[in-house]
Amino acid sequence: MSPDIFSGMTVKAPACTGMPGSKRRPLALLHLLTYVALLAGAVWTLLPLAWMVSASLKPLSEVMRIPPTWVPLQPTLDNFRQVFVQFPFGRYLLNSVIVAAVVVVSVLLTSSLAGYSLAKFNVPGRTFIFFLILSSLMVPFQTRMIPLYRMAVAFRLIDTRLGVMFPWLIDAFGIFLMRQFIATIPTELIEAARIDGASEPFIFVRIILPLTKQALSALAVFTLTANWEEFLWPLIVSTSEASRTLPVGLQGFAEQYGTNIHWQMAGSVIAVAPLIIAFLVLQRQFVEGIAMTGLKG
Amino acid sequence: MRSISHERRRQVVWGYIFLAPALALFAVILVYPLLYALWLGFYDWPVFGEKTFVGLGNYARMLSDPLFRKSLVNTVCWTCCVVPATVVISLAVALLLEAKFLKGRGLFRTIYFIPVVTSVVGAAFAWKWLFEPTFGVINWLLGLVGIRGPGWLASTTWALPAMMAVGVWKQVGFAMVIFLAGLQTIPKELKEAATVDGASSSQQFFRVILPLLNPTVVLVLVMLVINAFRVFTIPYVMSAGGFTWATPGGPLDSTRVLVLHIYDLAFSKFQVGYASATAFVLLVIIMMVTIIQIKLVQRPFEY
Repeated sequence: MSPDIFSGMTVKAPACTGMPGSKRRPLALLHLLTYVALLAGAVWTLLPLAWMVSASLKPLSEVMRIPPTWVPLQPTLDNFRQVFVQFPFGRYLLNSVIVAAVVVVSVLLTSSLAGYSLAKFNVPGRTFIFFLILSSLMVPFQTRMIPLYRMAVAFRLIDTRLGVMFPWLIDAFGIFLMRQFIATIPTELIEAARIDGASEPFIFVRIILPLTKQALSALAVFTLTANWEEFLWPLIVSTSEASRTLPVGLQGFAEQYGTNIHWQMAGSVIAVAPLIIAFLVLQRQFVEGIAMTGLKG
Repeated sequence: MRSISHERRRQVVWGYIFLAPALALFAVILVYPLLYALWLGFYDWPVFGEKTFVGLGNYARMLSDPLFRKSLVNTVCWTCCVVPATVVISLAVALLLEAKFLKGRGLFRTIYFIPVVTSVVGAAFAWKWLFEPTFGVINWLLGLVGIRGPGWLASTTWALPAMMAVGVWKQVGFAMVIFLAGLQTIPKELKEAATVDGASSSQQFFRVILPLLNPTVVLVLVMLVINAFRVFTIPYVMSAGGFTWATPGGPLDSTRVLVLHIYDLAFSKFQVGYASATAFVLLVIIMMVTIIQIKLVQRPFEY
């Protein structure tokens, strides 16, 4: 990373030589300070991840060493094996994947259907419904979690995957986002399809969904990122290995094996890697998805 | 005439069919729990025994509850430190990334965004060990410049600031992306015109860029304030377990934030009614912040 940037600077420096000598120095200094500030921030940003990956690849004795060895002296993959042997980590991973997949599909489906209806169907009471959905954006999950827990008890959803996912199956923000997006699609397009005899479900699947791909992918990314790291609700509702997702599984692991940092870090790497890799591959979709939450409120 | 009203009726039916799944789930997981929480807040409901109606008793009890006061102070403290720090750092990064001469802009943006997609529990674990007093990297780095680092998470003074640093770390990338999007909307001609008129960089920032960025700043502020009042995972993970500090919110409740307080009341102390009333106070705070935002944005900066 750093050689790249510094070579960029040396390219830039001669370009300034055309300027009067008095002006050159402060400008070069300003450029240097900009790079120093950005690099310092980047180091701070990557510090915990670098340490996590490094610690996951070395024995405990080396993890505790001062000064730290960033590149392991005795590299080992044993920590990753231990994580799966000591704890049902495969199970946590599976639970996390299933919960996230169902939640994302449900949010995309309910949001696009409801958004389509609110944008293009003149149903009585739609203004009121839209107002209700918008107002609910203000209600934090933490206010609803005690009733949701009591509901989970009543419906025997404690310690089940359905129990972990059910409070997230709909997202008011998703409905709002899809309504705003679908409102920009010309109504003539839909009416032309109706005149051609297309059924309403056909119009939704073949016309509306393809035209909202961008909003759908943004909403999918946004939902996935939030759901993958959700901690509070699974902490309440998962009481055994059966339904624990990665974040709660990791916490239980840490409480039981408090000092086995090398294993904890291997577990953490497994928990954070999937989403970071997905982000590095699909950067544009991720940044757009998160930036779209800027529409919120 | 008949066929038009028939068509209209057909569309209304389809409109409701498309709305039905969302509305059904909305009623079950949003509306009902909210009303239930409000109702629960009026009752005293111990683990064993019958619930009794206490009216506003739970709300009155909060006024004289030192734990509630402590958790509210901690949360306000968190908000007043994390929100301004995140806004200043992310705005600075966004402005630096806009610099014309900068190479590797995309790489920097990617790096700064990584914490946003990093599962917060995993990151909090890593930070927890970075802040370890004897073999942690932070105190080692401080030692290099001759500072004897504090006990961080084991210290009642330093535990909350250490966790705040993680809160800032996690959110800078998110705010930066929104600021970058906001900066894109500022017309280049305005900045150029200011330069031609002889405005210095700082004048350009305070007189041109910042006023035009005002709606974005308000938006980011409100989202960060709401996140700050709902903070839970970072204090919970960083204070629970480990070597010595086993109770979440510790040491000595110095990191007990509002949601941790509600969680503790409801799921460890089983005071369901009192916990619900406290959760309702959280709702009122968040509603007030949102309403202030709506009022502010309705009068955007005119130019």
